Amino acid sequence: MTTTTPPGPTATAAPAQPLRAAPDTFARREWPRAAWYAAAYDVEVGAHLLPRTVAGASLVLFRTPSGEARALENACWHRLLPLSEGTLLGDEVMCGYHGLRYDADGRCTFMPSQKTVNPSARVRSYPVVERHRFVWVWTGDPADADPATIPDLHWNDDPAWAGDGRLIHVDCSYKLIVDNLMDLTHETFVHGGSIGHRSVAESPFEVTHGRGTVTVTRWMIDVEAPPFWARQLEWRGAPAGNVDRWQIIHFTPPSTIAIDVGVAPTGTGAPEGDRSAGVNGFVLNTMTPESPTSTHYFWAFARNYALTDQRITTLLRDGVSGVFAEDEEVLAAQQRAIDAHPEKDFYNLNIDGGAMWARRMIDLMLAAEDPSYAEAGDRAARDIAEHHRNDAGDGAEREVARARAEAERARSGS
Amino acid sequence: MSGAGTFVPATVRAVRAVADEVRQVELVPDDGARPYPPGSHLDLALEVDGLPVVRSYSVVGAAPDDGAYRIAVKLLPESRGGSRRVHGLAAGDRLELRHPTSHFELDPRRPGYLLVAGGIGITPLVGMAEVLARRHPHQAPVRLAYAGRRRAAMPFVEHLRALLGDDAVVTAAGEDGERLDLAAEVAALHADGEAYLCGPPRLTDAVRACWEAQGRPPRRLRTETFGTAGRHPTEPFDVEVRDHGLTVHVPRDRTLLGALHDAGVGMVWDCLRGECGLCTVRVLGRSTDGQPVVDHRDVFLDAAEREDSTRLCACVSRAVGGRLAIDTGYRP
Repeated sequence: MTTTTPPGPTATAAPAQPLRAAPDTFARREWPRAAWYAAAYDVEVGAHLLPRTVAGASLVLFRTPSGEARALENACWHRLLPLSEGTLLGDEVMCGYHGLRYDADGRCTFMPSQKTVNPSARVRSYPVVERHRFVWVWTGDPADADPATIPDLHWNDDPAWAGDGRLIHVDCSYKLIVDNLMDLTHETFVHGGSIGHRSVAESPFEVTHGRGTVTVTRWMIDVEAPPFWARQLEWRGAPAGNVDRWQIIHFTPPSTIAIDVGVAPTGTGAPEGDRSAGVNGFVLNTMTPESPTSTHYFWAFARNYALTDQRITTLLRDGVSGVFAEDEEVLAAQQRAIDAHPEKDFYNLNIDGGAMWARRMIDLMLAAEDPSYAEAGDRAARDIAEHHRNDAGDGAEREVARARAEAERARSGS
Repeated sequence: MSGAGTFVPATVRAVRAVADEVRQVELVPDDGARPYPPGSHLDLALEVDGLPVVRSYSVVGAAPDDGAYRIAVKLLPESRGGSRRVHGLAAGDRLELRHPTSHFELDPRRPGYLLVAGGIGITPLVGMAEVLARRHPHQAPVRLAYAGRRRAAMPFVEHLRALLGDDAVVTAAGEDGERLDLAAEVAALHADGEAYLCGPPRLTDAVRACWEAQGRPPRRLRTETFGTAGRHPTEPFDVEVRDHGLTVHVPRDRTLLGALHDAGVGMVWDCLRGECGLCTVRVLGRSTDGQPVVDHRDVFLDAAEREDSTRLCACVSRAVGGRLAIDTGYRP
C-alpha cells in the first residue's frame, strides 16, 4: 500500500512511485514487534508469578519488593519449564523443577550442585514501563524501547477523570477489534439495548489521517439519547430530551484507540466546542495480540463528572462490560467464519475507511520490520497497476525505505 | 483487498472479428478452464508500453467453449491501452489471466427478465441469455434491449435472436436514429422480474430513471460497471489537493487515484471500480464560479449526491473544464 508523504515541493518533485501493497493484513494476521503492548492491568501484577503471552511471546510478570513490575521470558534456560510454575523469592524467580534462580533482569544467580554459575545462563528480560494503570512491555529490540512512544491513555489515571475497566480475552485477531472500534456503525445493530441508535448508522462521518494517527468523527445532532447516555444525563442532573451526540475515535498504531464520546442537551453548543452542559466519557482501548487468533483486550471507561461517586464508576464499568460482551460474541464468531473460509477475502465498504487507514499504519510498521514486505506487495501491485503505470525500476526499494521512515514516525507519534 | 486470486499462464487459441472493431479472443489457461456463473469477468495481465497492467473483461457465453474462455473486446480510441493490446493478440500468444469471478450474478428464479446492453456491454449478457434459454426451451421469459452506435459494430445479435426468438430481441442503432423505448421495456417486465444492465452511464441513468418512475424495487435492477465510461469525454485535468498543498496533473490515460498516488498523496481504496466508496475525496468550493464539471463514473454515490458533487470517487471519476479543488482528509 501507499504511504502518506509530507506536503510541499518535494512531493511534486519526487518521481512517480509504483504502488506496493504492504503485507495483506487480512490474510497475514500479524503484529509489529517493535511496539509497546499492555501486558497487564496494574492490579494484576504483584508479589506472585503471572504468566501471560504477549505478541506471541510467553512472559512471566511479577513485582519486586520495591514495587517495580518486571517481565521475563517464561521458560527456564535449563529445561524450559515455565518459570511461572516456580516461586517468587523477593526479587528472584526460582524455577520449580531444579531450583535455578534468576534475578529481576533474567540473569541466573543459582545453579544446583555446583559452586559456580554458568555466566551465559539467562532468560530474556523485556523492557517494562507502568503507565496509565497498564503494565506495558516492549517486544522489539530492547535498545529501541522508548517510553515516550507509549500510547496516551492518560484519562485512565488523570484526576480530572474517574472510571475503571477490565481485561477481557477475545478469541479473535486484534485487528478485528481495531476494525470494530474504528467504525461504530455496528452499535446500531449489535448494541441496540444500550448505546445503539439508528442515528449512528444514519449520520455522516469524517475520516482524517495524519502521521501515526487516524481520526474518525461522527456527530449526531438532535437525536434521542440511548439508555446508556440517558441514564448518565440523569445522574448529572441534566434535563431530559434530545441530545447532540459525538463519537471521536483516535487511533494510535498498532492497537490503541481512545474514543471521545458524549452527549449534551441539543442546542447547548457541544458541536461548536461548549460541552459544559453535557456528559463526556473516554472509552480507552488497547489490544494486545496473544496469538494470531486471540487477544488480550484492555479497556476502561472514564467520565468527567461526579468524580467521587464510586457507585457510578461501578455501574458504568458493569454497563460497558455488558456492551463489550456483545462485541466479544460477534468478534469470536467472525474469527471462526474467517478460519472456516480461508479462500474468502473481506470486502470493504465506505464505513471501513477508518479501519483501512488503521490497518495501513499497522502495515507500515510491519513493513519496516519484515523483509518479505516488498515481495508480498508485488502481487497486489500488479492488481492495481492499471492505476499506476510508471517506472518499474527500483520502486520497491524506495517504497520500503519510505515505509520504514513512515513507520518510524508512526512509532514516535510525531 | 478483495479478489486477490492468482494469475495463471494461458495461451491464445484463436482471435476473430465478431463485429467492426470488436475481436473475440479464445484463451486456454494451462490449468484448464473452469465453469463460471454467467455475468463473470476475468482479469488479464497485459503489457502496455512495456509496463504491466491488469484489465477486466466479461466472459462471453455460459460456459467455457471446448476448454477456452472467450472475451470480446472493442477497440476504444480513448482506451488506456488495454483494448489496443488485446487487438494485437494472435493465436499462440502467451499471457496470464485470473480465472473468472462474478460480481454480476444471474438469479435464475425470477419470473421474468429484461436484459439491457449498450455497445460492448452486451458481453456479460450473452451467457445470461444462453442460461435462460436453456432453462426455458420453449419460450424464455426474457427480453433483450440492445443499443449501439453503429449496427455493424454490434456483435452477437444473430446468436441472441436465435436463442431468445426474433420478437424478444430489440436493437437500436444510433446511426439510424433509432432509440430503445426503455419505458415500454421496463413496463412490459413481470412485476417480480429483474433487469440486468451493462452499458455506458447515460444508458444506466436512463434505465434507472424508468425503473424508479415505475416504482420498481431498486434491488431488482442489476448493473455491471467497469467504471471506464463517463458522461463527458475523457480529458486531462488538474486538481488542487489543498490538504497536501499540491497541484496534481491527471493525464488522459491516468485515473485521479493513480495520479494522486504518484504525487505521494496517501489514499485508501479497495474495488477500483467505483463501487466501494473508500477512495472518495471531498470536493471543495463548489459554490464559486468557474468550477469544473465532475464526471461521476461510480455507482457508489446516488443521483442526489452526484448532483451535489461534494464528493467524488477518485478511482474512476474525473473533472472536465477546469481545475478541481479537493481534500483527502490529511491532517498532519
